[in-house]
Amino acid sequence: MVPLSWYMVLSMVVFAIGVFGFLSRKNVIIMFISIELMLNAVNINLISLSHYLQDMRGQILAFFVIAVAAAEAVIGLAIIIALFRNKATVHVDEVKEMQG
Amino acid sequence: MIQQLFFAYFAFAIVIFSLLVVTRKNPVHSVLWMLLLFFHIASLYLFLNAEFMAAIQVIVYAGGILVLFLFVVMLMNIREELLVNKFIGAWPTGLTFAVGLLVVIIMSIKSFIAAPPGIYSIELIKQETHTKALGKLLYTEFLYPFEVTSLILLVAIIGAIVLAKRRLKP
Repeated sequence: MVPLSWYMVLSMVVFAIGVFGFLSRKNVIIMFISIELMLNAVNINLISLSHYLQDMRGQILAFFVIAVAAAEAVIGLAIIIALFRNKATVHVDEVKEMQG
Repeated sequence: MIQQLFFAYFAFAIVIFSLLVVTRKNPVHSVLWMLLLFFHIASLYLFLNAEFMAAIQVIVYAGGILVLFLFVVMLMNIREELLVNKFIGAWPTGLTFAVGLLVVIIMSIKSFIAAPPGIYSIELIKQETHTKALGKLLYTEFLYPFEVTSLILLVAIIGAIVLAKRRLKP
C-alpha cells in the first residue's frame, strides 16, 4: 500500500514546477501550459485524498476542476490569438503598453 | 513492494516530464511532453481506483485541450522562437518563489490529520461500479454546481468567439 503522503508530495512538486514555469517563462503559451500543470497537480491531490478517505466528493471536485480548466484554456487561447493579432508577439516582456 | 515500484516509476516520470514541459525551448516539444505527462497522470488515477477520472483525463485533456494548444502553437513563428532567450530576465525570482512554496507546503504535510473515512469503500464502489457511484452523487447532491458548470462552459464558448473574431469594419 502506497502511503497517502507520497501522493501529496508528488502533487506538491508538480505544483511547484508549474509555479516556476508560470513565473519565469517568456512565452505566453508555455505560461498557460504551466497553469494546466498546476491544475493537474491539484487533481492528483484531490483524487488521492478521495481514495484514501473513501469519499467520492474529492472526485466530484476534480471533475469540476477539469471543466473549469477546459473553459480557462479556451478563453486564454482566444486572448493569445487577440494579442497575436494586435502585437504580433507571444512574449510577455514585449507587451508593456501599461508600464508607466 | 510492487505497488511502491509502480508508484515510484509514475512519480519519477511525472516529475521529469513536467520539468521537460517547463524548460523546453520549442513549444511543440513542450506540448508533446505534456501529452505524455497526461497519460501518466491518467494511469496514476487508475492506480487510485478512479477509472472514470482516468478516462476523462485522457479524453478532455489529451484529446481536447492539448489539440487546442497545438493549434495555437501553429500560429507563432517557431524559427524566431528558437533564437530568443526562453526565460524572462527575472527568472531567479520565480525559482526562489517556487522552491520556497514547495518547502512550506511540504512542511505543512506533517500537520495533516485525516478525517474519519466515508462510506465509499472499495467494496461498495466495486459492487456499484465507479461511474454509477460518481453519477449518482453528481446528479443528486451536486446538481446545482453541475448546472453552474454548464453555464461556465457556455460563457467560455461565447467569450472565445467574441475575443477571437475579427473586428467588423465600421
